[in-house]
Amino acid sequence: MKEYLKKYFVLRRHNMQVTWKKMKQSKGCYLFLAPYAILFLAFYILPVCSSICLSFTYYNILEPPKFIGLQNYINLILQDDIFLTGIKNTFLIAVITGPLGYIMSFLFAWLINELPRWIRTIAVIIFYAPSIAGNVFVIFSVFFRGDAYGYVNAFLMNLGIIDAPILWLTNPDYMLPICMIVILWMSLGTGFLSFVAGLQGVDRSQFEAGYMDGVKNRWQELWYITLPNMKPMLMFGAVMAITQSFGVCDVTMALCGYPSTDYAARTVVTHLFDYGFSRFEMGYASAIATLLFLIMILCNKAIQRLLGRVGT
Amino acid sequence: MKKKKEIIKEKPYKKKLIKRRKPNRSIIGDIFIYFMLALIAVAMAFPLVYAINSSLKPLDELFLFPPRVFAQNPTLDNFQDLFVTMGKSWVTFSRYIFNTVFITVVGTFGHLIIASMGAFVLAKYNFPGGQLFFNIVVVALMFNGYVTAIPNYLIISKLGWIDTYWAIIVPAFAAPMGLFLMKQFMEGIPMSLIEAAKIDGASQWKIFIRIVMPNVKPAWLTLIIFSVQNLWNNKAATFIYSEEKKTLVYALQQIQSGGIARTGQAAAVTVIVMIVPIVIFILSESQILETMASSGLKD
Repeated sequence: MKEYLKKYFVLRRHNMQVTWKKMKQSKGCYLFLAPYAILFLAFYILPVCSSICLSFTYYNILEPPKFIGLQNYINLILQDDIFLTGIKNTFLIAVITGPLGYIMSFLFAWLINELPRWIRTIAVIIFYAPSIAGNVFVIFSVFFRGDAYGYVNAFLMNLGIIDAPILWLTNPDYMLPICMIVILWMSLGTGFLSFVAGLQGVDRSQFEAGYMDGVKNRWQELWYITLPNMKPMLMFGAVMAITQSFGVCDVTMALCGYPSTDYAARTVVTHLFDYGFSRFEMGYASAIATLLFLIMILCNKAIQRLLGRVGT
Repeated sequence: MKKKKEIIKEKPYKKKLIKRRKPNRSIIGDIFIYFMLALIAVAMAFPLVYAINSSLKPLDELFLFPPRVFAQNPTLDNFQDLFVTMGKSWVTFSRYIFNTVFITVVGTFGHLIIASMGAFVLAKYNFPGGQLFFNIVVVALMFNGYVTAIPNYLIISKLGWIDTYWAIIVPAFAAPMGLFLMKQFMEGIPMSLIEAAKIDGASQWKIFIRIVMPNVKPAWLTLIIFSVQNLWNNKAATFIYSEEKKTLVYALQQIQSGGIARTGQAAAVTVIVMIVPIVIFILSESQILETMASSGLKD
């Protein structure tokens, strides 16, 4: 047993020495990374870590934080019914709008890519417009107004499908679907632009080789040539899609009100905002953020594994 | 020689009314797909059309109910009113513009260089800790920004940067999205190219500036779009108190929130705030297309 341990430690030391040598060799790499790493540590890692620490405390911003262990998490999962509604809504929104928006971004970027140059520029701007325009989505509340003056209600009543106006944004049954439509409408954002740029870099000669080898239609070309070439951008797009679809809050807050009827449009981030900035319970809000963070990381792991299989 | 002649003869014969762009595309499929795309584009273009039209409406039309999308009697009155209000403000408007331009230019430029430097070594070299660092960056993207606001404020006030431009510029340097984007694009550069440069005696810095950066031009133009859009829209309300250091968007939104009498000006503000990112966008988008011809990488 003792010998075994000794061997293990010798091996360990050897490994360490190898790593140290490697580190010495790649001094230049560390120099390149240093400016970013220092800033990133100061402005991103440190705040995130301190937020995670705060999640184990009671902290109302005015008084110094008090350590209360896992109490926040216990309350969150066992007592907070609204949080569970929030989780349910967020999952619904994420599962539906996330993949759909992601696929839409890629498909549109890919189809646009073959257009002549000036049409393509215009098309990219038009598709990206909802993301540039900030909070123009607020006009959807005019469309879905609850009285007979709302466009959707007026349209449906003229057709005779309904005889009384529907309270689109106050009735819990309709809130989530409407929010999903608006989110989908805005989903051609970061991922879309990176796909557009990425498609420019795909080597032309590979397509020509593909024609020679008998790639029959555009879908085969997509699967065997374009997608494998786009893998890095697909990863990027996936991470952005996850962060956006789990982080939904301003659309639901602007359209359905804050708080919404019966909390029917409450998402996890809305809940976080409520506790952090309306009730000033920062510790509790941090606990919500940490839980959401863990869920998103798991989701990311699953998607990375799926994307690994593309083009095989 | 014979074969060449045959090909030359055949070419003009093959010209058709509708030319297939690529041999493996069906024309019916093309027509169908682009028709669908055009339909969707109309729906997507709506916010732009609506915002521009409402800035052109005279006041009585703005309050028309139900609202019309297109202006009946378009005027530029709203913009004129806006410039009058801007001229009356206590801090001169050129100062607000300077603040925003300074923050946007310095922030974007620094972010581009610092993030690309980091991305370059993470993508192309294998060194202890590199992969771990990259994973941390990706994961950090997912943490919600609301709760980090307080720790962030504390850090910036410890550094003594409250009420200076640096409170906005320096954190923007290290935005994780930029590094992630650049790294993903740099992975596509073949290692043989870098090794060739190394054998020719180029230093790491030279490889970065001369070989890697020109080859990922689409990536950094995209990064510029994101960064400009982000910094331009930054209201800087948490970190900057003095009026003369506030940004343009903040000042414009002050005008916008001036109540119901300023509805017309508010619509004009929306358009002005939107225009700059769109212009940057158009400029860099045309640049992205240019690189296509110049990059001839082959592994």
